[in-house]
Amino acid sequence: MTTPGAPSATTPAMTPAMTAAPTAPLSAGTTPSTGRLQARFAALRAAGRAGLVTYLMAGDPDRETGQAVLDGLPAAGADIIELGMPFSDPMADGPTIQAAGQRALKAGQTLKDTLAMLARFRETDTETPVVLMGYYNPIYSYGADRFAADAAAAGADGCIIVDLPPEEAPELTGPLAEHGLHLIMLTAPTTDEARLPAVLAHAGGFLYYASITGITGTRAADEAQVAAAVTRLRAHTSLPIAVGFGIRTPAQAAAIARNADAAVVGSALVDRIATGDDPLGFVAALAEGVRGARL
Amino acid sequence: MTSALNTYRAGADERGHFGLFGGRYVAETLMPLILEVEQAYRAARADPAFQAELDGYLTHYVGRPSPLYHARRLTEHLGGAKIYFKREDLNHTGAHKVNSCMGQILLAQRMGKRRIIAETGAGQHGVATATVCALFGLQCVIYMGQTDIERQAPNVFRMKLLGAEVKPVTSGSATLKDAMNDALRDWVTNVEDTYYLIGTVAGPHPFPTMVRDFQSVIGEETRTQCLAQEGRLPDSIVACIGGGSNAMGIFHPFLDEPGVRLIGTEAAGDGVDTDRHAASMTGGRPGVLHGNRTYLLQTEDGQITEAHSISAGLDYPGVGPEHAWLKDSGRVQYVPVTDRAALDAFQMTTRLEGIIPALESAHAVAHAMELAPTLPADHLMVINMSGRGDKDVNTVAEALGADMGETLV
Repeated sequence: MTTPGAPSATTPAMTPAMTAAPTAPLSAGTTPSTGRLQARFAALRAAGRAGLVTYLMAGDPDRETGQAVLDGLPAAGADIIELGMPFSDPMADGPTIQAAGQRALKAGQTLKDTLAMLARFRETDTETPVVLMGYYNPIYSYGADRFAADAAAAGADGCIIVDLPPEEAPELTGPLAEHGLHLIMLTAPTTDEARLPAVLAHAGGFLYYASITGITGTRAADEAQVAAAVTRLRAHTSLPIAVGFGIRTPAQAAAIARNADAAVVGSALVDRIATGDDPLGFVAALAEGVRGARL
Repeated sequence: MTSALNTYRAGADERGHFGLFGGRYVAETLMPLILEVEQAYRAARADPAFQAELDGYLTHYVGRPSPLYHARRLTEHLGGAKIYFKREDLNHTGAHKVNSCMGQILLAQRMGKRRIIAETGAGQHGVATATVCALFGLQCVIYMGQTDIERQAPNVFRMKLLGAEVKPVTSGSATLKDAMNDALRDWVTNVEDTYYLIGTVAGPHPFPTMVRDFQSVIGEETRTQCLAQEGRLPDSIVACIGGGSNAMGIFHPFLDEPGVRLIGTEAAGDGVDTDRHAASMTGGRPGVLHGNRTYLLQTEDGQITEAHSISAGLDYPGVGPEHAWLKDSGRVQYVPVTDRAALDAFQMTTRLEGIIPALESAHAVAHAMELAPTLPADHLMVINMSGRGDKDVNTVAEALGADMGETLV
């Protein structure tokens, strides 16, 4: 924990709102670290642009295809990668990501395979942050300590666990912290000011704002709503803010990138992977949108 | 449970945990709603007007108290323990489900929610939910797996007659667990106006505790009735377990009575040594699903597997977290009962007592049939007759290979 008043290497003055947050809890998320996520967000800030976060489901539609897409993402323009860990009962996901998980499981994908996929990615890319995203049961089944150790060894930078709200997060934050992994917390439009500090108390890496109340891959919030939400969040945290849910086009990604530190695209890319419709070309178009957003 | 050294009845703790089990494993979007439900429920519990209103509906609409009936011919046939049925099958809508629906629908209205969603497996909870929504003029959406819709057609039509919209669920295995997933997806999308009326003692806190409290009327009545009819408490109580709400309801008031043996029967389908069963405590291990940690049927890799039972109401790969805790603490004994044994019990109860039990309840009778002959005549055994079996006659006919038009021999 950083103490109030202590200099923080990861809190450069990005916006006035961020420095004017005396009541913000100084959490694990503001602990100085030299991880890939911090380095990437620092580089994005230096370049004066937002990042593109792309999601794909590990093992979808099969191991080799999934690996090829993953390996090609950085060159196509993804700044950060979310690697989905398939689960049989993804209760916060829409039809696209449900189907992707089912395809991966049907092809035999296990958690071990997902970590192996990441390790193989790291053989050629040591700089692009990769965040493992999924549900808690496969991790609990694997063992939280063993998972944290193996994920770190495979080259992960953090985790997003959809069904682990701050109330239940402590059972995973310990093991993750021990192995230098961030727990990236989700906030939603329903997360009010009173509740936000509890979410931020566990948050590391960046903050993921789910811009709509709903499941993944359905509708998108409009630019003004997102701008207001990001401003509100910045008053409470110095963590970078990524915004996701319902972003399907380069134009939508650009609109998000004007306000947030990163735009997350998931279902739209998963659709392209499912149909084999040039997923990396789609990522390149999204990247172009994000990179041009603040010009 | 640290705060409950001398009682089994104090749980859950303030964070919704029963020891290792329970909790609130849901997406952040839902957390504020769940906290709102908890707060509203706490306020309602403390409000005598709420309880009075609920009691009124339970008496005059549901038909409570349900009788505690001495099953004389079954007792004689088995030649051992004296057997009573707690007649939840006589409630309006034909099962115990309505007890919790009535409580929750009053709570939803206190919270100002006008749209009610629910999941259903056999359709009993869906029918009970659609019923209370009709009673209060509320919009009702029921999620039901496509597989279950096909095998429970009469209940689907009943729900539609009651004005509910039945949404077929085709994701995953298209059964109860997938219906629950889709109900949660609906709730996360319609947070403002919607109340999720969960049918069993599962889901995120406060649902396991709240549903148990509303179902505890079964056990409280049993206590009063047994004292009045026999002058003492029962020696054993047997109830079936799917999610476990009827069992939790009849067990809870007796948890601190060491003289009362409590037995839950899990659905063993083709047998717990096969891969076609729903006995999550006998054949599963702890995991996290649908908002709580509990015993689950799952693969080595933590993927939830499909349950199987002839009884759609027990066809769920998990169990309420308080049951998981009661199992580990040893206070309640959980035993598996196969489809075959339940079918035999279904027929015997029908023939000997003129009561067609739900296939779910027949799982409790089946174990009692095994146990009662080994016990003395002064042993008082209560079986929770959680529901009526009219809904199951097609399933039973198919299982027995009988033509519904022919006479059974």
